[in-house]
Amino acid sequence: MEWRDRGIVLQVRPHGETSAIVDILTETQGRHAGLVKGARSRAMRPVLQPGNQVLATWRARLSEHLGMFQIEADDLGAGAVMEDRTALAGLNSACALAVMALPEREAHPAVHAGFQLLLQAFEDPDLWPAIYVRWEAGVLSDLGYGLDLAKCVVTGETEDLTHVSPRTGRAVCREEAAPYAAKLLELPGFMRGRGAIEKGDIAMGLELTGYFLERRVLWPVDKQLPEARTRLISELERVGAL
Amino acid sequence: MRSASAGPEIERLITLLAKLPGLGPRSARRAALQLLGKRDVLMRPLADALADAADKIQACSTCGNLDVTDPCAVCAAPNRQDGAICVVETVGDLWALERAGAFKGRYHVLGGVLSALDGVRPEDLNIARLVERASEADVTEIVLALNATVDGQTTAHYLADKLEPCGVSVTSLARGVPVGGELDYLDDGTLAAAFRSRSSV
Repeated sequence: MEWRDRGIVLQVRPHGETSAIVDILTETQGRHAGLVKGARSRAMRPVLQPGNQVLATWRARLSEHLGMFQIEADDLGAGAVMEDRTALAGLNSACALAVMALPEREAHPAVHAGFQLLLQAFEDPDLWPAIYVRWEAGVLSDLGYGLDLAKCVVTGETEDLTHVSPRTGRAVCREEAAPYAAKLLELPGFMRGRGAIEKGDIAMGLELTGYFLERRVLWPVDKQLPEARTRLISELERVGAL
Repeated sequence: MRSASAGPEIERLITLLAKLPGLGPRSARRAALQLLGKRDVLMRPLADALADAADKIQACSTCGNLDVTDPCAVCAAPNRQDGAICVVETVGDLWALERAGAFKGRYHVLGGVLSALDGVRPEDLNIARLVERASEADVTEIVLALNATVDGQTTAHYLADKLEPCGVSVTSLARGVPVGGELDYLDDGTLAAAFRSRSSV
């Protein structure tokens, strides 16, 4: 068995003295783990940092084996992200969530593409938090728990959608939402690709995606939202980005 | 690993030696044979040294360094600067900095770094004691000498936040081209950091 693909390093767990089990997110193979020999060498350590993009060749005798990765550097962006503590919190959160939420060896090309976009966006501190929220919504959608934000679940209206039903994950328009506003989740405009990002939008978006990620993806497998995500929220709050 | 010719004592010795870093079952067997062959000049002194170290060496309650005394020799040294504390991940890092001889202040060993994926949380590290030490009147600078990895820098940013109310200057080690390093082989992050930290020649 052998395949070769570009991937994003998500997690590196030491294995023995010189090797590591590395989790990468690829376009065609999804989240995939493999053993990297010499992973803790001076040459490989900078490459195997979460958030770096690599060229991976996976080989195993049988498909169900862990297999071995041969890793080459492709786009080593983690070093640049490390300088910015808010972006680093975003990267940690995205990696932790991808490891926890995505099943192994199941292709999710949209999640991979979104992650790549997020990595590029880390340069722009005003933009990336919104892309992060959209990426989380994309994870939900790709796993089959997508939010239906196209039209109001009650009236079918496509404009002025302000809330989301916590039960169905479908949008509700302002008029219908008014009597139940306290029970509904707020829907920021940027999540529908409309309007500029306003104060409070990122917090709303994170609450919305966090609610569904927790209840639909993580709780059924006895997991909680990663602590890195909580740290990201505090960090965004600290810099006034929420 | 069990061989028909070796008794349980030798097997136990080999098994324990094989747990040391750098030694596998085969090299552990060679080491055991070497020890047994030089019983008086190597094995007994080594056993005494191990027993002595196990009995006497302890973690310093101030900085987390390993020494036979508490506070350790670094914390007790009168000729070191009290104003600067260098924060390191492990005792190995402390020893590396001491070998370089570049820092003459005090140290603080965290005992690891925060890791979102391995579940290492702030409570698992020696952070509370660091904040206490940073709040002491004579401390003016905290140097974060943590690894330039995602986990190391996450910890550095977290510590910078925690140390902010202490009113000390928080610095970190520079990143750039290592001695003997060739630009062609450096990763993008290091090159970018080196450029940002360029200095006049």
